[in-house]
Amino acid sequence: MNLPLLEVRSLTTHFITEEGIVRAVENVSFEIYPGEILCLVGESGCGKSVTGLSILKLIPIPPGQIVRGEILFNGRDLLKLTEKEMERVRGNEISMIFQEPMTSLNPVFTIGDQIMEAIQLHQRLNKKGARKKAIEMLDRVKIPFPEKRIDSYPHQLSGGMRQRAMIAMALSCQPKLLIADEPTTALDVTIQAEVLRLLKEIQREMGMSVMLITHDLGVVSEVGDRVAVMYAGRMVEYGPAETLFHEMRHPYTKGLLESIPQLEEKRSRLNAIPGQVPDPMNLPEGCKFHPRCYLRIEECRKEEPPLFEVKEGHYSRCLRWRECR
Amino acid sequence: MKGNGTTSQIRLVWKYFKRNRLAVGGLTILIAIFFVAGTAPLLAPYDPGKTEVSLKLKPPSLKHFLGTDQLGRDVFSRMLYGSRISLSVGFVAVGISIFIGILVGAIAGYYGRWVDSLLMRLVDVMFCFPTFFLILTVVALLGPSIFNIMVVIGLTSWMGTARFVRAEFLSLRERDFVQAAKALGVNDRRIIFRHILPNALAPVFVSATLDVATAILVEAGLSFLGFGVQPPAPSWGNILTEGRTYIFDAWWLTVFPGLAILLTVLSFNLVGEGLRDSLDPRLRGRR
Amino acid sequence: MTRFLFKRLLQLFMTLIGISILSWIIITQAPGSPIALTMDPKVSPKIIEQMEKNYDLDKPIYQQYFLWLKKLLTGKLYSFKDGRPVLEKIGERIWNTLLLNLVATLIIFSLAIPLGVFSARRPYSFLDNLGTFGAYLGLSIPGFWLAYLVILATVKLFGYPVLGLRSFVIEGLSPPEIVLDRIWHLMLPASIMAIHGIAGLSRYTRSSMLEVIRQDYIRTAKSKGLPEEIVYYKHALRNALLPIITLFGFLIPGLIGGSIIMESVFAWPGIGRLAYQAVLARDYPVVMTILTISAVLTLIGNFIADLLYGVADPRIRYQ
Repeated sequence: MNLPLLEVRSLTTHFITEEGIVRAVENVSFEIYPGEILCLVGESGCGKSVTGLSILKLIPIPPGQIVRGEILFNGRDLLKLTEKEMERVRGNEISMIFQEPMTSLNPVFTIGDQIMEAIQLHQRLNKKGARKKAIEMLDRVKIPFPEKRIDSYPHQLSGGMRQRAMIAMALSCQPKLLIADEPTTALDVTIQAEVLRLLKEIQREMGMSVMLITHDLGVVSEVGDRVAVMYAGRMVEYGPAETLFHEMRHPYTKGLLESIPQLEEKRSRLNAIPGQVPDPMNLPEGCKFHPRCYLRIEECRKEEPPLFEVKEGHYSRCLRWRECR
Repeated sequence: MKGNGTTSQIRLVWKYFKRNRLAVGGLTILIAIFFVAGTAPLLAPYDPGKTEVSLKLKPPSLKHFLGTDQLGRDVFSRMLYGSRISLSVGFVAVGISIFIGILVGAIAGYYGRWVDSLLMRLVDVMFCFPTFFLILTVVALLGPSIFNIMVVIGLTSWMGTARFVRAEFLSLRERDFVQAAKALGVNDRRIIFRHILPNALAPVFVSATLDVATAILVEAGLSFLGFGVQPPAPSWGNILTEGRTYIFDAWWLTVFPGLAILLTVLSFNLVGEGLRDSLDPRLRGRR
Repeated sequence: MTRFLFKRLLQLFMTLIGISILSWIIITQAPGSPIALTMDPKVSPKIIEQMEKNYDLDKPIYQQYFLWLKKLLTGKLYSFKDGRPVLEKIGERIWNTLLLNLVATLIIFSLAIPLGVFSARRPYSFLDNLGTFGAYLGLSIPGFWLAYLVILATVKLFGYPVLGLRSFVIEGLSPPEIVLDRIWHLMLPASIMAIHGIAGLSRYTRSSMLEVIRQDYIRTAKSKGLPEEIVYYKHALRNALLPIITLFGFLIPGLIGGSIIMESVFAWPGIGRLAYQAVLARDYPVVMTILTISAVLTLIGNFIADLLYGVADPRIRYQ
């Protein structure tokens, strides 16, 4: 493969609250290559959203803090950039879309205004040119009658259309990387499929990379090229999507896949992973998953395992990865 | 909801309250003022009503800490006794307004529909009247006794509380624990008092504290216009008002009572706002 | 939008009726009211005659209300003090009060909003805490006391006249000096009246801004690479100001009530002063009329505020 577009190395983000330090993201590393879709998977609270926000430095700084790490985008370390330099990256080279389209769009401005804002800022077009481009984008995301819709307010659109508008807004300046934080979670199931399809289409057309954050393995199987699985702020497995689905090497990944109910089987109980997600301020010793793990041994409690290379491009943070599956 | 949660809830609120330095400062001053009001007869060096014309309009000195007024009475002693009047007007008036407010709000919020509409129309009407002017008019009509003042202030300040309580009732009414109680056949009154009300009280405490501050200011304003507590009974407001004529010659008759009012009202406001911040779960994550 | 308007108009009308009924009840039915006065042998027959003229005391109660209402609306209520029509007396002075209130309101809005917005930008910073303490101070200070302190200071230190609409020796001054004089006489009471309002509104603005900044759409705006100033002053402020529009309605009753005291302190010939003098003289028709008119003005002010809000918030404007 060629050089990675985005290289995250040992990213660590903490939140300092009165009750203690929340280690939301601990020592996370991964790469995204040009033109691919990397899915960041995990349950709520595993740190995947925080990872996405950290890349664009959108973490609120008083309680939050990016403690250490490097985020290399086209060779530049984003963490070392000033705020003004970051502003030129955001919306322009790296864009982000969020989970709740209703609250993520400003209710007092038309969607046209909000889309044109980014275009005028980064591409220095005048109002007329920006408006034309905005209508094009709305058309691209398949919003009917874009020249009328451009003057609508967010509350006048349905959930699916709002999300498309957000996508139009994010892609208006042709970013090289799109970070999508659970873009379909808040939508109806049928709309979910449409939006995903749209994303994949545009991504292929523009040759853009996407970091898709989700908890839904179905989404991953639809669009993911490579997958990174997160648990309690750590990366526990990482590799191509195909491989992870058929040859997973971490008990947590296995648990996730097995907990999806299959229509073909007849079962009396669902296969849930025993136990609960740990309290982020009170994480277990050693491997964070060991209390719930069927493969655990004494060693697992002592020290947090490093990432083992299962094969080229496939890593697992389990001491007993060989026995897994 | 009520019961084993209450003491620990109070402790939690206190924990957040403690962090707010301004609020704690206000509380300290309030405690001091209460202490002073309670022990006024012990602390006062002179009889507040004793006139001594030869001593009239003397500036502050060691013998008379805050000077003397136009009838030779010791201002310091009068102010000490005046604290009792100001505080009691504040508390009784607010007590009345809270009582009415909770009653109206609870009934409106719980029963809803036309009862609610009617009561809220009443609240709207009351809100439209310029409160101070209304109080002034009615007190002038009934006569400016301390009792009348308390009652009238109470009768004109209940609307805010009513709105709060109603809002809480409207939202809590739909909650599961109320549906459960209804399903078990608990009668209405019991539901209101034992189940919903304790949860609705938090904003009322805040409102009450802030309303005491307002009540004290209103009494001062009434005194200024001649319709407050009447002399010779000493209230901070009427000491100020009587001193008005001598403003250029006896500045202490204006400065000290005003300062006392300012300090007291400020403390109530600080404590009230501090309570509001401590009770609001969203603000707790700060700093 | 029209449905919203219609609903509000209906509520307005009902509230208006409620106001008039309550006003009438307060004055005529309360103990110590004019009715009782007619029984009092000390009250002069002239006043009794006027009262009967004004209140139709010989007719049944519900008719009394409607007759009073009619008289109020057609200007046929007469002052006890000098027998002149109440509406005429009010008409003479209302502009003075309105002027005072208008200036005070302008001062409040132009100072409080920037203060609040600025405080919210760096919450809990030193300047913000200072501003917060200042606001508490402003809310707690008795207006007339502050007024007297200022008068005391101004007269003792500067020797300037402060009372009334204009200085007494006005004739000898040239036009620009006259204008300056009027402005001076206006600014002092208006500023002191404004202090309470500035304190309150700046706090309210601050908390509205803090609330808005936490919203998701602010994060989205930042993610587009918009500079902080634009995120703050365009995206956040526009939303934070919406609830403040409704406050326009609430300022009116406060100012009319606050007017009474300030107008007395500064000898300003407005309806506040008229109201106070009427209370002193037990001139009930005047008192009642001013009460009712104030309430009605408040109601209208609220209604206009709601209207403005409906126009400003696109979620209401386009249903």
